[in-house]
Amino acid sequence: MQTSLLSRSLLAGTFAAALFLTGCASKVPLNKDSGAGDNAAVDSSRQVTPVDTAGAGSSAGENMSQAELAARTVYFDFDSYIVKPEFEALLQKNAAFIKADKTRQVKLEGHADLRGTREYNLALGQKRADAVKQALSLLGVPEGQMEAVSFGKEKPMSEDLSEEAQAKNRRVELAYP
Amino acid sequence: MLPFALFRRRFVSALAATFFYAASAQAQSVQFEVSGVGSGQIPIAIAPFAAEEAAPAKISQIILGDLQRSGQFRSIDASGVALNEHSQPDFKLWRGRAADALAAGSVQATANGYELRFALWDTLKGQNLVQDALRVPAGSLRYAAHRAADIIYEKLTGEKGIFATRVAYITKSGGFYKLWIADAADGENAVAALSSREPIISPSFSPQGDEIAYVSFENRKPVVYAHTIATGQRRIIANFKGSNSAPAWAPDGQSLVVSLSRDGGTQLFRVSRSGGAAQKLSSTGINTEAAFSADGQSIYFTSDRGGAPQIYRMGAAGGAASRVTFGSAQALSPALSPDGKWLAYIAREGGGYKLRVMDLASGTSRAITNTTEDERPSFAPNSRLIVYATRQGGTELLMNTTLDGSVKTRLMASRGDIREPSWGR
Repeated sequence: MQTSLLSRSLLAGTFAAALFLTGCASKVPLNKDSGAGDNAAVDSSRQVTPVDTAGAGSSAGENMSQAELAARTVYFDFDSYIVKPEFEALLQKNAAFIKADKTRQVKLEGHADLRGTREYNLALGQKRADAVKQALSLLGVPEGQMEAVSFGKEKPMSEDLSEEAQAKNRRVELAYP
Repeated sequence: MLPFALFRRRFVSALAATFFYAASAQAQSVQFEVSGVGSGQIPIAIAPFAAEEAAPAKISQIILGDLQRSGQFRSIDASGVALNEHSQPDFKLWRGRAADALAAGSVQATANGYELRFALWDTLKGQNLVQDALRVPAGSLRYAAHRAADIIYEKLTGEKGIFATRVAYITKSGGFYKLWIADAADGENAVAALSSREPIISPSFSPQGDEIAYVSFENRKPVVYAHTIATGQRRIIANFKGSNSAPAWAPDGQSLVVSLSRDGGTQLFRVSRSGGAAQKLSSTGINTEAAFSADGQSIYFTSDRGGAPQIYRMGAAGGAASRVTFGSAQALSPALSPDGKWLAYIAREGGGYKLRVMDLASGTSRAITNTTEDERPSFAPNSRLIVYATRQGGTELLMNTTLDGSVKTRLMASRGDIREPSWGR
């Protein structure tokens, strides 16, 4: 599931041209002060070859009904990483589902609200995903059947900056691939 | 080298040097708008290059655009003037037109490309400053013009130019995320190095500028890749269980620091440029957004070890860290200047996120923007400019700024949100 999944739109011609340019690029110092005819070949291996990912995998919430989504989403308070008691039943149900089949895998996808930097929000989403993983672990789900990952603020439920909308963004979605 | 001070300065009082450079019709080109104080600008005339009308790029306009956008030059009209690199200019005439410097040249087709020849004169001293020629393959004429602008800029200001450098950024549009590589000077030549239906974040040029590392979510989790720009070849730098993010190249390009969640929390790890095993550098909580000092001896990073996120510094091998930022509720996203003198970062102040620049020698810092959703600063290779992302009127956009914030340039995408800049060579 790694690079082999990527369909490269490597245009053979472009590729060859890039190799050619790399091969013959010369590094003559350029800034000569006098003497016309100080020819210098410019290093121009500045080709860009486009790549397309197959990138099909949609995120957990995207193809689910509201009801399905509600049954698999844990929401968090502002600046909080504690799983609230109201989500206990949801987690118990999912824990039973995962434990029923040892080959079943669950991905815990953490999300943050839109405020702040992308990378720090990735870490905050991870903290929420780790909290849900911990809760499931206490309900007996084996470590090997879970992976906690984060989407940070890259997949918000709402782009709206109101607090009500932001509350929907601070969440962990349980995804069954 | 002719020092800047030798030039007669014409102080243009409170010059609102606002001009607009509309780039060509390329769909994804970035446009630049400069506004700022421009006192002490060098008045320069650039004559039309001989035979440039027949060439695919108007050399004199590219050079002039580059110099003007730096905020350090003012254009003196030279339209319709017939000069080339061999001319003996009438210096008195150009002094009369208040031009302190004059450039002219020619462009010629060669067997497999172009040859660009140019000369630069100091009109006050009546002296030739530069005679140079650049040979490029077909398709790289704009690049040659940017190199010529770099040479002129360095001669007249004593500073390295950055017009022939590249910038990377991400756009989100029509359900696609694209990683673009474009000419940093004017946003032209934009090519999508990577397209994906899933998010791409944190692009980071390698020190040599030929590769770019980034985080891609194409496998429904964050994975760190390195990507050879010329060939499109990709390799995985980090794909451990959990999240893999925030790649930062060591200055020698041989290793990177990444943030991994595989051991719990978000920790810093060092990994080879070819991927493989990761060596842990931090232990608990959140430690992320690593950035190397220019000498490679230190790693700056964001940590919540003191409660709210602040920027800390530790040795390149990990170990004890000392806090670097004080006085803001939060400090995030450190970037170090290549000359080793400056730290740019994002500070949370009064509910907003603002770009600050710290003088590392004194530890004093100042906010240099009026916006409140700034993100991800990245220094130009000459350490004189910073590109950063921000948001205005609901639109994500990129800005360039001088380190004191006095001259800002807006980079406008023709469509979609534009974000996550990285300045390369």
